[in-house]
Amino acid sequence: MLEPIHVSLASLNIATLAPMLIAIVGALTMLVIDMAKGGLHKSLYVMISLLFLLLDLGALVDFGGVFLKNGTVLGFFDVMLMDGIAILSQIIIVAGSMLFIPLALTSKRFHEYDYPEYFALFLFMIAGFQFMVATDNLILIFVGLETASLALYTLIALHNRSKSFEAAVKYFTMGALAAGFYAFGSMILYAISGSVEINQIATILAEDHYSNIGYVLLSMAFMIAAFGFKLSMVPFHTWTPDVYEGSSAALAGYMSIVPKIAGFVVAMRLFEFLVHSGIVWLQVILYIGVVVTMTASNIWALVQTDVKRMLAYSSISHAGFVMAAILIGTTQANTGLFLYWALFSFTNLGAFTMLWVNRQKNLLPEQSSDHPYEKFSGMIKTMPMGAVMMGLFMLSLAGVPPFGLFWGKLYMIGSAVSAGYTVLALIMALNSAIAGYYYLKLIVFMFMKEPMVGYEKFYFMNASLSLKTIIGIAAVGTIFAVFAVNPLLKVITLFVYNSGY
Amino acid sequence: MIDHILTLLIFFPALAAMLGFVVANNSMRAYGIAVAFIEFALSLWLWYAYDPMVSGMQFMESAPLIAAFGINYLLGVDGISLFIIILSTFFTLIGIASLTETRRIKNLIITLLFLEMTMVGVFAALDAIVFYVFWELSLVPMLYIIGAWGGPLRIYASVKFFLYTFTGSLIMLVGMLFMAYFYYQATGQWSFSILEWYRLILPENFQLWLFAAFFFGFAIKVPMFPFHTWLPYAHGQAPTIGSVILAAILLKMGTYAFVRFSLPLFPDASVFFMFPIAIIAIIMIIYTAMVAYAQEDIKQVVAYSSVSHMGVIILGTFALNVEGVSGSVFLMLAHGVVSGALFLLVGVIYDRRHTKLMSEFGGLASVMPRYATIFGIMMMASVGLPLTINFVGEFLSLLGFYKQSHMLTLTAGVAIIVGAIYMLAAYKKMFFGTVTNDANRHLKDVNRTELIGLIPLVIVAIWLGVYPKPVLEPINNSVESVIQLMHDKAQSAEAKARIPDLSGKNGITTMQEAH
Repeated sequence: MLEPIHVSLASLNIATLAPMLIAIVGALTMLVIDMAKGGLHKSLYVMISLLFLLLDLGALVDFGGVFLKNGTVLGFFDVMLMDGIAILSQIIIVAGSMLFIPLALTSKRFHEYDYPEYFALFLFMIAGFQFMVATDNLILIFVGLETASLALYTLIALHNRSKSFEAAVKYFTMGALAAGFYAFGSMILYAISGSVEINQIATILAEDHYSNIGYVLLSMAFMIAAFGFKLSMVPFHTWTPDVYEGSSAALAGYMSIVPKIAGFVVAMRLFEFLVHSGIVWLQVILYIGVVVTMTASNIWALVQTDVKRMLAYSSISHAGFVMAAILIGTTQANTGLFLYWALFSFTNLGAFTMLWVNRQKNLLPEQSSDHPYEKFSGMIKTMPMGAVMMGLFMLSLAGVPPFGLFWGKLYMIGSAVSAGYTVLALIMALNSAIAGYYYLKLIVFMFMKEPMVGYEKFYFMNASLSLKTIIGIAAVGTIFAVFAVNPLLKVITLFVYNSGY
Repeated sequence: MIDHILTLLIFFPALAAMLGFVVANNSMRAYGIAVAFIEFALSLWLWYAYDPMVSGMQFMESAPLIAAFGINYLLGVDGISLFIIILSTFFTLIGIASLTETRRIKNLIITLLFLEMTMVGVFAALDAIVFYVFWELSLVPMLYIIGAWGGPLRIYASVKFFLYTFTGSLIMLVGMLFMAYFYYQATGQWSFSILEWYRLILPENFQLWLFAAFFFGFAIKVPMFPFHTWLPYAHGQAPTIGSVILAAILLKMGTYAFVRFSLPLFPDASVFFMFPIAIIAIIMIIYTAMVAYAQEDIKQVVAYSSVSHMGVIILGTFALNVEGVSGSVFLMLAHGVVSGALFLLVGVIYDRRHTKLMSEFGGLASVMPRYATIFGIMMMASVGLPLTINFVGEFLSLLGFYKQSHMLTLTAGVAIIVGAIYMLAAYKKMFFGTVTNDANRHLKDVNRTELIGLIPLVIVAIWLGVYPKPVLEPINNSVESVIQLMHDKAQSAEAKARIPDLSGKNGITTMQEAH
């Protein structure tokens, strides 16, 4: 008979689950409220989500303090891993979500926000992403990934347009494929190492001197495909523009930020030890992946006629740019990844929100998509403040100093330079120049062309005070980023360095 | 207050521009003039307080910006940058005062004031990243000015201008990051301070690569042949005010950056590339002069002549001795005054006839005598007549380069003289002969608004041509310390020989000793 195993509650360190549990409790609370009294206004659910996210953020900041004092915290049979990058990425996830959720308070009514389940699913999704980053257990990563993805598919479909259903189904199919690849990849890793924890796998492989290199490479091929889908790396990116186009602009903005940072963290945990142990094949594949993703998506973005699709391609390109950090793999590069993504969140969310405020219910007769470039032409004359804001976000995305993303780009290129990746640094710089063209195209439409008749009543038609507040926060974050970069860099470097990345 | 005069000079126009959103449309011009005048007065005060005997940086300010990455808000002026700053504030004032544009004047003046911030910022920055921030930021207002107030092809022209410069600058940014990384390797500290970088002595092959990276950014801005193709479009489509600022100030950013970055940071590479660049400069002088001769549009003539003279500035800069570099810095000012004035003059006739084709004119001297006189003076200054401002700069630049190569200098000198033909021909086509076109018979001569802009330029062009000492002396002092620094840092024997040693002269301190 097996001896009963005595596990003391203290050794479980349940507190490591606290941030995710807060989000889950929040979701359940909303379901309970809906059960008790249905038909409540969306503003209630938005505020409850915000409150729980605030609690979540508080718990994470608290963990941050503990981490700086005591180092990495393990918990729950060592499955939970609260190291620096877990805490940082969760902070970005939760803060990004807090900026997103008030976008539900549009002045026009939208189908999806009438369901409290929307907000419950939203919090479940956040919990899923949090699980994904706060562990190095391949199984828990999978569970978190699937929780989050399934919730996200539903959120997209709730937008209730035929394009949204198409998007959701497309995303679901691709996501299922990616999940399959992920499962295969982890299976092989388990088969050769007998463990599902990444750091143990790393140790075992190193002790073994990579004698099973063939299997390692096979599993990495699967893993690259899986994360290629999730991070929309070329050539696994084909779903992205369609899905972004089908979902609401707000959700598209969200998807370009939060799911990706979760993916980056897992990719960092999984690929970097292999890159560091000198597996050339993986380096080459990553190098090609990064360069192709940046460049090809930039070129596709040039020919788009719809602003939302353009932004979709641009966010693929930004993801490729940041992926370089995983290839470079130095502490400076990983710090750059988080810095870039924190700055990118503000700018990109601002840009997508600017699309969200002029979302139309019905298209004009000659209009081909929701946000064609023509819609914004001459905006400086009809809506000067809006044009200036949009122009600001575009300049920041293009990397014009001193706006937010410039500092991220500077630091990322700097890290490529100091790690000896000269050619990569040049490619990164030149890609920013290519990208300049399509961001400029929108600026040209807004500032230099005459207004088109028929569109002017749509600008800001969705805007409510809370949407304007979010745009304001995004703009302040973009303009004054220069003053935030130094403290951010210090904190991020400390967290990343102490987690051993 | 004088301790923070540079911060004040940079951010006063920006602050005023923000407040300008509140000012009513019909009062905007007066507001713009007032702000630009205060700014100009502040820059004159800077000149007054500047000590011409000190060769190093003055009025330095420093504040940490991103300390973790070695980026500091670092400002300072020396004789090289002082006068270009004054030129910027001067031209903003003149540009706004003689503004004839009436469409969306409020937006235009706010944009101009933002542009003034970036111009002063570029010339006052001593930190590479702060420099880069202003350098890039200056593209945005110019993009808007060309794109919103320009001619029929304005969108193509403005986007070409932006993308061309943006691309070059990004390559330069990679170069800057490399410099910072080398500094980090040498000292264990990140730093983007130019003065700190001056202390680095790099191996020659690194210098060559870095020189090339910076060269892309600067050469496109200047613009040097073969990167000059954006400029004729930009000038052709830009409104008068856009061309004036572009020719007078924005192009100087490139040549200034050569003196501030390329020469002292990479002395060996500068010597290595001296002759290739000199040849490009001579091609620039001759080729663009020939293109200018073929133009039918007077504005294009002025635009190409402006590129042609930029070639002389480059030639002087790469003479790598005190005469050449001082001459080229002086010529930057002269070129700013003269080409700015010529673009203003073209704007005067364009406002009256809405055409810039020279074939439309002829015999204007009898209809518009005052206009013809001012145009004549400026045209003479442009071709480098002695006792005008351009002559001093061109003479010194050529003298400097004569010490390096007789043949090339002779070619360049002949080219400049021959180049005078197209200016004289253009002048003849427009002003001499009889009035053939009836539309020209009753043109009004220059009015008061236009004279306010033009008279000061004429005065400066002649005053500094006759007596350049008050400007030339501070420039000379600062250039001497740059050259000495280069000589001290040079490693190859050829560089040591080409760059003169001034340490024997009295009163020369190197850049480092000055701090």
